[in-house]
Amino acid sequence: MSVSPTELAEFEVQADRWFAENKPEKPGFILPETFMEVGTDEQFKFLRAWQNKVYENGYVGLSWPKEFGGGGLPQVYQDIATKAMATHRVPFLLNTIGLNWAGPLILSMSSSEDKKKYIPSILSAEEIWCQGFSEPDHGSDLGNAQCKGRKDGDDYVINGSKIWTSLGMYAKHMILLVRTSTEAESKYSGLSFFLAPMKTDGIEVQPIRKLTGEYGFCQTFFNDARIPASCMMGKEGDGWRVAMATLMFERSAEGGQAGGLSMMDLSIDDVIELAKRAMRNGKPAIEDPFIRTELVKLIVEAKGNVYMADKAEIPALEGEWPGAVTMSIKLRATEFKRRMCQFAISLQGANASRYIDDRAVDEGMWQRSYLNAFSGTIGGGTTQIQHNIIGERILGLPKD
Amino acid sequence: MTAIEFSDEQSMILETAVNFFREKFPVNEIHERNENLDGSTDLFWAGAKELGWTGIVIPENYGGLSLSLSEVVPIVEMMGRHLIGSPFIPTTLAVTAIVSAGSEEQKARWLPSVAEGGIASVGLTEEDGSWNLSDVKTNGEVRDGELILKGKKCFVLDAKRADFIVVSAIIDHVVSLIIVTREQLNKCIIRSEVVIDETRQSFSIEFNDLKIPLTQILDKPDLNDLENAALLLISAEISGGLSGVLRVILSYLTTRKQFGKYIGSYQSLKHPAVQILLSLEATRSHLYHAAACLSGGDKIKTEVAARSAKAYGSDAFAFAGDRAIQFHGGFGFTYECDAQLFLRRALWCQYQFGDAAYHHSYLAPLLLD
Repeated sequence: MSVSPTELAEFEVQADRWFAENKPEKPGFILPETFMEVGTDEQFKFLRAWQNKVYENGYVGLSWPKEFGGGGLPQVYQDIATKAMATHRVPFLLNTIGLNWAGPLILSMSSSEDKKKYIPSILSAEEIWCQGFSEPDHGSDLGNAQCKGRKDGDDYVINGSKIWTSLGMYAKHMILLVRTSTEAESKYSGLSFFLAPMKTDGIEVQPIRKLTGEYGFCQTFFNDARIPASCMMGKEGDGWRVAMATLMFERSAEGGQAGGLSMMDLSIDDVIELAKRAMRNGKPAIEDPFIRTELVKLIVEAKGNVYMADKAEIPALEGEWPGAVTMSIKLRATEFKRRMCQFAISLQGANASRYIDDRAVDEGMWQRSYLNAFSGTIGGGTTQIQHNIIGERILGLPKD
Repeated sequence: MTAIEFSDEQSMILETAVNFFREKFPVNEIHERNENLDGSTDLFWAGAKELGWTGIVIPENYGGLSLSLSEVVPIVEMMGRHLIGSPFIPTTLAVTAIVSAGSEEQKARWLPSVAEGGIASVGLTEEDGSWNLSDVKTNGEVRDGELILKGKKCFVLDAKRADFIVVSAIIDHVVSLIIVTREQLNKCIIRSEVVIDETRQSFSIEFNDLKIPLTQILDKPDLNDLENAALLLISAEISGGLSGVLRVILSYLTTRKQFGKYIGSYQSLKHPAVQILLSLEATRSHLYHAAACLSGGDKIKTEVAARSAKAYGSDAFAFAGDRAIQFHGGFGFTYECDAQLFLRRALWCQYQFGDAAYHHSYLAPLLLD
C-alpha cells in the first residue's frame, strides 16, 4: 500500500493532539512501571480502561488486518501513534503480551477462525493474555521445560507449574509451553504450544512479591488441568519452534506487533534533567566534571543504539557478522537501562537511600526503576544467555 | 531523517575495497608486509591510483572525483581491517586542508598532482604531544616577503615520501596552515620515529629558519574541519581494525583446545567476544553517522558525531586488542602472533588526535549545556 506523505503528516498532527488532550490525570495511587507490576485492582482497571480508550480512538493495532479489528494501515501509522504516546508520556498499554507477542504470533500462524476469536479482544483489552514459558527450576533454559501435558481423549491433561506469569491474576488466556513427550528425539521436539484458557479447573494462580515490594507476577500451578487439544498451536512437538517465533516478537527481532508503549519509559534525557536538579557540593550535579563525563558516556552509548537500528536497515553495511544488531536489541537496551538507573540514583546524594515515598527524589521512581530493570536483564533470556546465543549463532563459537 | 545516509557511491566503493584488500592484501600476510613496508605501500598506492582513490575528495576541475570524505571512509575502514599503514590517511588530510582552506590558485597548484597519485602528509602535532591542534609552538615570521619557519613537528607520517606537507604554525598570533614542499623539506632535519604501530612510517621534522614563499600559506585555515576529518578517518581505521582483531580472536577461539574443549566454548572468552562484536557494530554506526553529518554540512552535528565516534571507537578497539592478547595465552605473548599487531594499532589509533577522555571533555558542553 502506498503512503501519501500529506496523509501521514496529517495523522501525525492528529495523533499528537489526541494524546495531548486525552492524557489521563494522575490517579490517586502510584501507577506500575511496566505491565509486569500490575498488582492491584485499581491499577488494573485504570490501565484496562486506558488501553480500551486508545483502541476505540484508533491508535493501537493500526497495522493489523481490518477484519480482525485492526486498522489495516501500513506500519508507519502505528509507529507514529506509538511515538506520540512516548512523547506525551501517557500510561503504557496493559495487554502487552497479547498486543506484542501472542497477537502477532496468532496473526502469523493461526486459522482465520482463531484470529477472529482472539485478536479483537486483545486490542480492546477485554481479554488479557499472559505467558507460561519459564519454570521455577528452568529460568532461562526454556528447552528444558518440565511442565507436562498428557493426551487424554480430546484434551491434554497438564501438570506442573509456570513462574513469572505477569498479569496472571487477570489473564483470560495463556501462551503455554509444555512437554508432551519425554521420549522425543531431542528435548526440543518433545514440546508443544497451547493457547490455554486460564479459567480451567486445576489451574491456580498465586501472586509473587517482587524485589520492589510490589506484586504483579504470579506462579501458575497446573493440577490435572484439562486443556482442549484444539487449543494447540501447530502440531504436537512443534512447541519449540512456536516458542522461538514468539521470542522473536518478544525481542522485537521480528515486526508485526500491535504497537504502543509497554512501560513507563525513562530515557537519558530524564537523567540529564535530574542532573540539573540534583545538587552536589552546593552546585547542580551537572556541573561536576566526573558526572559530566559519565553522562556523556551514557549519551554516546544511547546514540550508538539508535544509529545501530538505522545501520541495520542498510544491507550494504551488514558487515561480516550479520544479525548482530537485531539479535542484541534486548540485551543492549536492558543493560543500558539498568546502568542508567544505577547512575541516576547516584546523583541524589544521601537521598539516594530513600525509596518509594513522597520525600524521595521523584517519589522514588529511580530506585524502583533500577530494581525493576533486572526484569529486563533477567527475563526473556538473561543477559548471560543472550551473550551465549549471540556468541554461538552470530560468531559461530562452540557451545559449552 | 535517518541517522545514516549511505550513498550508492559509498556502497560501490565499499564493495570494491572489500575485494581489493582481500585479493591483494590477505590478512595472513600482515607480518610479511610489515617486513617490507615500502614495497607494500607501492603496491597499495598503485592500486589506489588505478581505482581513482587518490582523487576522491579532489574537485573535478583539479583532476579528482568531486566526492567527499564520506566516500573515503569505506576505503580506510578496509585498510584498517587489513592493517595497512600507507600514506593514504595523511595524504587525504593534506588534501582536505587545501580543499577547505586553499585559494583557487593554491588548489590549482597542489591538488592535480595528488589526484594523479602524488603523496602528501600533515604535520599538526608537536613534541609536547598535545592533542589540541591550537597548541602550536612552531612559529612563522613574515620577513622581506618570505615566511621564516622555525619549530619542530612530530608524528609526521610518510614524510620521506611526501611531495609536500601541510604544517601548522603561529603567524601573527594566529594558527595558520602552511604548505612545505619536498625541496624545502630536504633542507630540514627529518628523523625517523620509533612508534608503537609498526605499520606506520613516522618522522619528526625540524624547521630551522626555513624560508617559504608567502603563496604557500593557506588562505583561510579551519582547524575544526581538519580535526573532524582526522577523527572521521581514524574512526574508520578503528572500525575496520575491530573487525580485523575480532577475526583473529575468533579463529583462535574456534581452533585452539584446552582441557579437551575449544576455548571458544568457555563463557569467560565467549562473552567478551560478543561484547567486542557489539562494540564493533556501535563504532561502525557512529562512524557512518559521522560521515553522513559531514556530508550534511552541519558543523556542530559533525563535531559531536566525529568526537563520539573517536571516543567510543578508541576504547572499544583498545579493549579488543587487549583481550586478543590475553585470549591467545602464551602464543599471544609472542611477536609472531597477529594479536600484538592489532593491539599496537589500537594504541596508535587511541592516542592520535585525542583519546576518549579528551573528547568526552569537549562533548560535555555540546551535549549537556
